[in-house]
Amino acid sequence: MIFVNQLIIGLQMGSIYALVALGYSMVYGIVKLLNFAHGDIIMVGGYIALFALTSAHMPPVVAAVVTVLGCTALAVVIEKLAYTPLRSAPRLSLLITAIGVSILLQNVAQLLFTADGHSFPAHMLLPAGSLTIGGFQVAYTALITILASVASMVALTILVQKTKLGKAMRAVSEDTGAAQLMGIHVNHIITFTFAVGAALAGVGALLYSVQFPLIMPTIGVMLGLRAFVAAVLGGIGSIPGAMIGGYVIGLLEVLVVAANLSSWMDGVVFLILILVFMVRPTGIMGRPMLEKV
Amino acid sequence: MKKKFRVAALVLAVLFVISMTTACGQNGDAGAAGDEVVVGVLAPLTGPVAQFGTAVQAGIELYVEQFNAQGGLQIRLEYFDEEGQAAQGVAGYFDLVDRGVHAIIGAVTSGVTMAVVPLAYEDNMPMITASSTHENVTVDAETGQVFTNMFRSCFIDPFQGEKMAEFAHEVVGAQRVAVLYNNEVDYSIGLTRAFEAKAAELGLEVVAVETFQTGQVNFQGQLTNIAAQSPDALFIPAYYQDVALIGPQSEAVGLDAVLLGADGWATILDFMSDSSSIEGAFFLTGFSSDVDTPMVQEFIADFTYKNGFAPNMFAAQAFDAAMILVTAIERALADGIEPGDAGFSDAVIANMAATDITGVTGHIVFDQFNNPQKTAVILQIADGRETFFGYF
Repeated sequence: MIFVNQLIIGLQMGSIYALVALGYSMVYGIVKLLNFAHGDIIMVGGYIALFALTSAHMPPVVAAVVTVLGCTALAVVIEKLAYTPLRSAPRLSLLITAIGVSILLQNVAQLLFTADGHSFPAHMLLPAGSLTIGGFQVAYTALITILASVASMVALTILVQKTKLGKAMRAVSEDTGAAQLMGIHVNHIITFTFAVGAALAGVGALLYSVQFPLIMPTIGVMLGLRAFVAAVLGGIGSIPGAMIGGYVIGLLEVLVVAANLSSWMDGVVFLILILVFMVRPTGIMGRPMLEKV
Repeated sequence: MKKKFRVAALVLAVLFVISMTTACGQNGDAGAAGDEVVVGVLAPLTGPVAQFGTAVQAGIELYVEQFNAQGGLQIRLEYFDEEGQAAQGVAGYFDLVDRGVHAIIGAVTSGVTMAVVPLAYEDNMPMITASSTHENVTVDAETGQVFTNMFRSCFIDPFQGEKMAEFAHEVVGAQRVAVLYNNEVDYSIGLTRAFEAKAAELGLEVVAVETFQTGQVNFQGQLTNIAAQSPDALFIPAYYQDVALIGPQSEAVGLDAVLLGADGWATILDFMSDSSSIEGAFFLTGFSSDVDTPMVQEFIADFTYKNGFAPNMFAAQAFDAAMILVTAIERALADGIEPGDAGFSDAVIANMAATDITGVTGHIVFDQFNNPQKTAVILQIADGRETFFGYF
C-alpha cells in the first residue's frame, strides 16, 4: 500500500522532471548548449500563472495558455539577445552566458516580486481531492500531472519524427553545416527548438505550481539541476532518454526517502550524475560519440 | 597621487579630532546630568535583516517615550546600525562605549550578539537582547561560563521544543508523536532534539522522525512514511515557507494527525491561499495581539497609533526588554547608586537578575542562565485565522 503510494508520488515528480529534462535535451541536441537558464523559465512561468489567475482574473484555461505562451516568448527573447550573438563563439562562452541569464532572471524576479514566497491558488487551476483506482487513492493533481506529461511527450515525438519541421530539427542536430547547404534555415530551426523546449517548461511550470503552491525566485534552481541530471542520465540529446531519466530520478527520490535516507537525497541524485559521467557518459539512450574528423 | 593622499590624510585627521571632542562632550554631559541614563541600542537598521532591527527599535522607542513622559529619570537612546554583521556589531559596541552608554539593548540576531557578548562581559556592561534565541548568547559555548551581564526577553530554541512536547502530551493528549524537521538549520535541529528529549521524559512514543533540506519542495515521501505510523501529532519545527508546502501535501497523502509548530510558523497564513490543510494546527509564539489583557491591548493601540502598523513579536519583545532594563536602572538609582559610580553596572545587573515583572509578552523571571522563564502563547489555526488558544 505504502509502496504503491510512494510509486505514484515518484511518477508524479518524475513527470515534471521529464518535461524539464526534455527542454535541456532538445536544446543540447541542436546547439550543444547546456541551457542552465531553463529551470528559471519555469520560475517565471510560475509567476505568470500566478498573476494571470489572481491579478488578471483569467479563466484557468486562458491562464494556462498565457503561461505557456509567456514562457515561449521569454525563451525566444533570451535566445535572440543572449545566445544568437554567440553562435560562433567557443561553447564555454555560451555556457557561461546561460549561467548569467539564470542569475539575471532570479534577481529580476527578486527585485519585482521580493524574495518572499507567493502563495499559488492551486484550487483555481485543478480541483483538490482524489480518485480511487483499484483500491488505491490517486490525487487528481498526480493523475493530471502524469497524463499531461505523457501527452506532451507524445506530441513532441510526433512533431520531431513525423513533421517536416521535425525532420529539419533532426537534420540541424546531426550536421548544422550540411543542413544549411540543403536549404534549411538553421537560425529559425534553433529558435523554434528553444520555443518548443520553453513551451514544455510552461506546462511543467503549471504542473509544478499546482503541486507546490509557493512561488519564489529560487524555485527553478534545484528543479533545473535535478532535471539536468535526468537529461544526462537518459542520454542528453535524446527525447525518450530525457523521459526515462526524469522518471528514474523521480522514483529514485522516493526510494531514498522510503529507505529512511532522506538526508541523503541530494547526495544520491548528484552521485548518479558522477557515476553516469564515469561509467557511461552518453547516458542510457545516448549513442556512443563518434569523433568527427 | 601624492597630493590626493595628503588631502585625505588631512581630512581624516580633522575628522578624528572632531570625533574625539564630541565623544568627550557626550561623556561629560552624561556625568553632569544626574537624572539621565544613556542606553545604547545595537540593531540592524539597514541590510538584509533590517525588518527585525526596525521592529525592535520601534518597540524600545515606544517604551522609552512613555517612560520619559512620566518625568523624573530620563533615558536617552544612542543607536548604532550593525547591519546584521558580527564585525559591525563589535565596532558598534566600542562606538557606543565611547559615547558613554551605561547599558545596551541588543543585538538582534544571535550571530551578532554572540560576537559582542564576550567584550561586554569583560566590561561588565549590563545588556539585554529582545530577539537572539541561540543558547550560547548567555552561556559561553566552550567554557560553559554564564555571561552574568547578558539577559534576554525572548525564548531560547530548546525551550520551544520542550513546551510543544508538553503541549502534545497534556493538551492534545497524544500518545504517538512524529517529527519532520530541516536537518540543515540549527533552529530546526535544536527544537527537534529538545522535543525528542522531553517526549521521552513524558513517556510519549516518537514513532517517526523524518528530515528535509532547505529549498526542498516535495515532502510527500517523508509524509507518507509518517502517515504509515499513524501518529496522533506531528511536530514541524520549520519556517513558514516549508510549512506552506507541507500542509497541503500532508492532506494529499492522507495524514491524519494534529500539526504542531513553533514561532517559525509566524505569518504562515500570508503564504497560503487555502489554509484548510492546516486547520486546527497549533503553534507556539512569543506574542499574540489576540491576548485580551488591558496591558497588551493598550500596547497594541499605542504602538499602532505611533507607527501606523501593528506590533509584531519582535516589537513586543523589545518593549519588554526595555522595560526590564529601565526597571533595573530605576531600582539601582533608588538604592542611591549614581550612573558614574563604580558599582552602578553591578547594581543594574543584580536588579535585572531579580526581575519579576509582567510585560506584554507575559510574566518574566530569569533562570540561572539569564533566560526568561515565561509562559508561551499558543495560537491555533481556526476558520482560516490565527486565533489565540491560550497561555501554556
